[in-house]
Amino acid sequence: MTQTATRLLLSDVTVGDSLPSLSYDVTATTVVVGALATRDWRPQHHDYHFATERNGVKNIFLNSPNQLAWFERYVTDWTGPTGRVGYLSFRMIDSIFPGDTMVFTATVTNVETDELGCGWAEVDIAVKVGDKVCTTCKGRVALPTSPDDNPWSRRGETWVPQPRRGEDQKPRA
Amino acid sequence: MTDAELPAHISALIDQPQYEEAGDFPVERGYIWTACASVENGNPLFWDDAVAAELTGGPIAAPSMLSTWFRPHHWAPGLETQKLPLQVHFDLKKELDLPEAVMSDNTTIFYEPVRPGDILTTCQRLRSVSPEKQTKLGTGRFWVIDVEYRNQKGELVGVESWTGFGYRRDAA
Repeated sequence: MTQTATRLLLSDVTVGDSLPSLSYDVTATTVVVGALATRDWRPQHHDYHFATERNGVKNIFLNSPNQLAWFERYVTDWTGPTGRVGYLSFRMIDSIFPGDTMVFTATVTNVETDELGCGWAEVDIAVKVGDKVCTTCKGRVALPTSPDDNPWSRRGETWVPQPRRGEDQKPRA
Repeated sequence: MTDAELPAHISALIDQPQYEEAGDFPVERGYIWTACASVENGNPLFWDDAVAAELTGGPIAAPSMLSTWFRPHHWAPGLETQKLPLQVHFDLKKELDLPEAVMSDNTTIFYEPVRPGDILTTCQRLRSVSPEKQTKLGTGRFWVIDVEYRNQKGELVGVESWTGFGYRRDAA
């Protein structure tokens, strides 16, 4: 398989940049495939009657691990394959159901090179359905600092993916 | 109810490793492609062996799949009761008599890449349990559980942190 893809460099990114938005029409298949792909057999992600009668929601809904996969896809659509995600932290505020059109948007909040020479961009992501924010996410992705740099070559102590502000970035319930 | 009323046997579990175990099956490419397909992730790192060879020295799993490798089979021969993922979460629901629960937050930090053929091991650590709180869902407690993943060489491949809320529906 041959495929070309963007390879974003750290120098291409500035604080305040917006990532291209991603709009996706969610169907029951989206929810069920996402649940099964993450080996999540819980019935609220495939059984309409369980979701509505036991959970009291209007339909089956996207599961958490699949949302993580959507965030990874959204970030690396932007960076290309040389982008290496270090950290993703998301908070689910409202469920996403079949029939919803979910729209991902994001803004770059920080650009830096760490003490080991690794380039990083931090992004704030929101997933909306209409005007309603369903999930928010903070992410940190390593980007090449030059065309010859490859964040994936970092191993062990040369790879420090945790957010530089430690626990401060973790959303709290 | 106050935090002082958190049962001592629950407090004693905080920061202790629990449920240390190996995955039921090795990391495999079919599942990687299924996962990428589920979110239409066309990253050539997962689909194009030449790109994977160039950037990561060979195929890797999508990093977001960490928990996938530890979700138990829906059925297996001889399995009398279905194993549950994130067992500490279900233990807390039972021990604290909180029949309903939701997950609100997930934080995942990605370390060494996971590769096809890897057999991962994991352990769960309860990090905190809140005092009882009232929310629109009901009355209950928030808890934070960390899940640590390592490969067969002992290298850390990721740490997930889940915030759950176990609750009882308030009487109408």
